Amino acid sequence: MNEQVISMLAEGIKDTLYMTLGSVIIGYVIGLPMGIILYVTGKTGLRPNHYIYRVGDFICNIIRSIPFLILLILLIPFTRLIVGKSYGSTATIVPLVICAAPYIARVVEASLNEVDTGVIEAAKAMGATNLQIVLKVLLVEARTSLIAGFTITTGILLGYSAMSGTVGGGGLGDIAVRYGYYRWQTDIMIITVLLLIVIFQIIQMVGTRVATGLDRRKRKGN
Amino acid sequence: MSVIEIKNLTKKFEVEGNTVIALEDINLSIEKGDIYGIIGMSGAGKSTLVRSINYLEKPNEGSVLIDGINLSELKEKELRKMRAQIGMIFQGFNLLEQRNVIGNVCFPLELAGTPKNEARARARDLLKLVKLEDKERSFPSQLSGGQKQRVAIARALATNPRILLCDEATSALDPQTTTSILDLLKEINESIGITIVVITHQMSVVTEICDKVAIIDRGKMVESGSVEEIFTAPKSDAARELISGKDIRYTPVKQLNTQKTIRIVFKDNSAYEPVLANAVLKLGRPINILKADTQNIGGKAVGEMILGLPNDDDPADEIITYLKESGLSVTEVVNNE
Repeated sequence: MNEQVISMLAEGIKDTLYMTLGSVIIGYVIGLPMGIILYVTGKTGLRPNHYIYRVGDFICNIIRSIPFLILLILLIPFTRLIVGKSYGSTATIVPLVICAAPYIARVVEASLNEVDTGVIEAAKAMGATNLQIVLKVLLVEARTSLIAGFTITTGILLGYSAMSGTVGGGGLGDIAVRYGYYRWQTDIMIITVLLLIVIFQIIQMVGTRVATGLDRRKRKGN
Repeated sequence: MSVIEIKNLTKKFEVEGNTVIALEDINLSIEKGDIYGIIGMSGAGKSTLVRSINYLEKPNEGSVLIDGINLSELKEKELRKMRAQIGMIFQGFNLLEQRNVIGNVCFPLELAGTPKNEARARARDLLKLVKLEDKERSFPSQLSGGQKQRVAIARALATNPRILLCDEATSALDPQTTTSILDLLKEINESIGITIVVITHQMSVVTEICDKVAIIDRGKMVESGSVEEIFTAPKSDAARELISGKDIRYTPVKQLNTQKTIRIVFKDNSAYEPVLANAVLKLGRPINILKADTQNIGGKAVGEMILGLPNDDDPADEIITYLKESGLSVTEVVNNE
């Protein structure tokens, strides 16, 4: 394997990580508040609001029902408007975020729903405001589940970022398609796949470690 | 002025288009320093009632006054302030699982914006009070049920409330732990003069610590008064059921063919006289003792017996009259067969 290929793969790893982490972070900036709003306005939430919930619910369902590859193409004009071009790794972040945000909102909503309603009632009885309940009770009590959700989301976005390679998105997926598929260079294809597996494993391992490390529920003894 | 005053309170729920009346026209006043029991079978509406006291449940009609302040007239912010002055503990403890013991006790102080050092110092004092000073750094998952409830009590007391609401606080605990938690509540009541409202379905909890009791049955308050009064002479069916248990089907009843069962309560001097033996000797009729028990009610020893009487009416009536004349409180036990 020559130096050119190695530097190309290194570039690919960098782009893949850039797209994955970039989209997961921006995705959470949008999706986390969205998920909190869904929980708060839901039927059993802190301040049920049928209309807000229905709108959020509808948006989530619409976006989530569009396959990512189609979303990617559908959003080309929008992407061009925001980043100035429709190819390359920065451009790919746009559809990744649009795809991830409603998914993240759902994952967050599900995590918050797991929090024992008794604890929320206790906080209310102590005179907590809804904001205090969200920040000090819900997000803290659900943190293990939230981090697990974060890990799963990152894994999915890693896969999607590779998928965007088919339309010139950059990163390891792009390399796999260009060299492995169009040029029949199976060895490069295999290497990119192995690299993706390694990256995925690392994400999953770190996520699980952080989640269990922060969980105070199962630690017996002392 | 009463600490808690509930006037004509009615609460309805909408369940799938049907209106269910959870509480109907409840009137209750609880004085400062009382340990007030609210007892009823499950589904009677007592949990809804206790949640009306801190307005976690807003009544449809009627009012709740705390120290003369009508909760319905408070703005959201003032109501939250009021809630901070009413501590509450629960059957399920409801501790924050991701915070350690001292973190849990500090939590209400943190909500109120108390400086951290001050909060910690106060929490340590409270942990000493509930005898958990050595568990400060433990997490709830490492504690037993009784210890968890102690943490919950410390947490409920952190903001120096005037009232402590206990919603089935001992129902998830074993008998020994229940006793120790009840003793702790009593101790707190005596040492800081806090008014305690105890919601329970167990008469034993009421007789052990309460001064006064209200009996809730199917959303209505059927009886209220001092525990001694209600324990010795229950007037409502619900009270009788709660005192003697629902099913008094002791096997000896059938063997002796006695269907008439009565409950007698001894107090004061009657405990010194051999009343039963005298009745048997005098009337020459058998009396079967089905259950006998002594309980400490408000610091007085009160004896309770369930007796099986002869089947035919006349001698049974004679025995009842004799027992009544001897100064005992006699009530007929409802047979559920």
